[in-house]
Amino acid sequence: MEEVMVVGGGPAGLCAAIESARYGVKVILIDENDMPGGQLFKQIHRFFGSAQHRAGIRGYDIGNSLLSESEKLGVRVLLNTVVWGIFQDNFLGIKTEKETKILQAKKIVVGTGALENPLAFPGWTLPGVMGAGAAQTMMNIQRVLPGKRILMIGSGNVGLIVSYQLLQAGAKVVALVEALPKISGYLVHAAKISRAGVQILTSHTIVKADGKGEVKKAVIAKIDENFKMIKGTEKEIKVDLVCIAVGLRPLDELCWMAGCQFTYIPSLGGFIPLHSRDMETTVSGIYVAGDVSGIEEASTAIEEGKLAGIAIAESLGYISKKEAEEKKELSWESLRELRLGSFGEGRQKTKDLILKQYNSLHKM
Amino acid sequence: MKDLRIKKHPILGEAKFGKKITIFVDGKKFSAYEGEMIASALYAKGIRKLRATSKFKEPRGIFCAIGRCTDCVMTVNGVPNIRTCITPVQSGMRVKTQKGLGKWKK
Amino acid sequence: MKKKIFTQDYYKNFPGYPSKERLAKARVVVIECVQDIPCNPCETICPRKAIVVGKPITNLPRLIEENCTGCGRCIPICPGLAVFVVNNNYNDKESTISLPYEFLPLPEKGEEVIALNREGEKVCRAKVISVLDPEKNNRTAVITIAVPKEYSGEVRGIRLIRKNP
Repeated sequence: MEEVMVVGGGPAGLCAAIESARYGVKVILIDENDMPGGQLFKQIHRFFGSAQHRAGIRGYDIGNSLLSESEKLGVRVLLNTVVWGIFQDNFLGIKTEKETKILQAKKIVVGTGALENPLAFPGWTLPGVMGAGAAQTMMNIQRVLPGKRILMIGSGNVGLIVSYQLLQAGAKVVALVEALPKISGYLVHAAKISRAGVQILTSHTIVKADGKGEVKKAVIAKIDENFKMIKGTEKEIKVDLVCIAVGLRPLDELCWMAGCQFTYIPSLGGFIPLHSRDMETTVSGIYVAGDVSGIEEASTAIEEGKLAGIAIAESLGYISKKEAEEKKELSWESLRELRLGSFGEGRQKTKDLILKQYNSLHKM
Repeated sequence: MKDLRIKKHPILGEAKFGKKITIFVDGKKFSAYEGEMIASALYAKGIRKLRATSKFKEPRGIFCAIGRCTDCVMTVNGVPNIRTCITPVQSGMRVKTQKGLGKWKK
Repeated sequence: MKKKIFTQDYYKNFPGYPSKERLAKARVVVIECVQDIPCNPCETICPRKAIVVGKPITNLPRLIEENCTGCGRCIPICPGLAVFVVNNNYNDKESTISLPYEFLPLPEKGEEVIALNREGEKVCRAKVISVLDPEKNNRTAVITIAVPKEYSGEVRGIRLIRKNP
């Protein structure tokens, strides 16, 4: 039996692996891609936070430092490997390029991340309509410009940041539409694209994407306070790419399979596996961290991964309860900081609610 | 001929593309670079339609680019339903626009 | 007509925006950070304690005007690219504005560029005074431009006139 298997090599999984390996736990990190790092390597902007959160450092630089740390600590990494199931007693079904096999681990961390939400409108299935994160992967990882003239849908941080990165890659963002009457992401991100000439149109929506076989144009329009289109305000714009940035949802299939209990929290992306302060789910020995435990950001995923890693080292007897508590307190404090202010306090409240529900189940 | 590859980037610097190789797209010779994913190599040259749906024959292309949504599946070396956004190109690879659910090579 | 969101009037009431008097006096930082985001690298990097965020780190950065020398170290570290340095004492007719710039190609010293306001509209022509792109800035260049004095509160971006190669 393996000691720990971590599913997903993004910031959460990497940090869970690093943190438990730091105390001597033998860890296997599994990722279906040919390189760990998850979505960190497409984050080319500087992160917010304080020095402890590596603020002011670009996402891919954080990714590189996590990779070298995990190498130094001897984390075993299985790449191009898919985890297709979790079964009773911590058995994992994995598929490598050559074979399919079943492995058992004392502890499992699910750090599978999230998937972008689609948005349905006439023409939404045309080639040339894609997730904003997809556009980011295309330009920052694949180094292929996903479009020359772009319509961005959604003014959350993803929509704003990806718009900026599209400009950096050499594209023109013709417009950014937001259904709400105000910009929902950080105004500093909005200001960056505004002074670069991007029109940010609040109370606007996409009516359709059009073109024979692929996107050639889009129609946008104004909407009223009931989100109904105002007739006569339609405007056709010439674009070759429509990017959708309307939120994400957790990739939680493995947790469902494992029999974890869930709660439904729309603001965190939908169904969320209940978890303790140590990130353990209702199935003993199975932990979650990062977006799968509620959509947040890379900096919170890093801290949640650490928490799971420390808790695992503790429960396997590699560190004392006292030492573990001290280490965990640092991450809890760090998470509290990241969940402050008008953008974070809602997430703190829902995370508290998850904890409350988890605790009430465990007192029964 | 248009090429959407980003050679210079203000943050990421100069791109390091791999060795130039030849693959076959719907039977035609097609240049790509080692390390690229099939879908992005095609996209770079303006090929955005990767398959057609079974019933209405509607075109589909890249949607999530991280191997989750399966909108980009094509028939690769005779095997249908390959997620081309996360499958790297290989010299001599045969890539086919997929119709519907595709067919296994007999 | 589109309603403007990003205007000088909007920003000038925040605690990172220098007073009129301080702006008139000499080179000083202008922090256009307006929301309670948990973030404080500007405070950490300042060698003269001229920017205070404190605890909680969601506080808006507050400028201690008398401590600021306008050195501009906080410009490239801000994840929101919301920090600028304005020098209204550059010469009789012109002010300089130092701003973060992360696009290609970089302008060159002496080059004429178009100065933009916060909404991306052309304000005037500007001359590039310096381009700083040291390795430690990790690819956020700091461009200093000179504009007619009356525009120093308005100009926050540039666009190159030459065509991209």
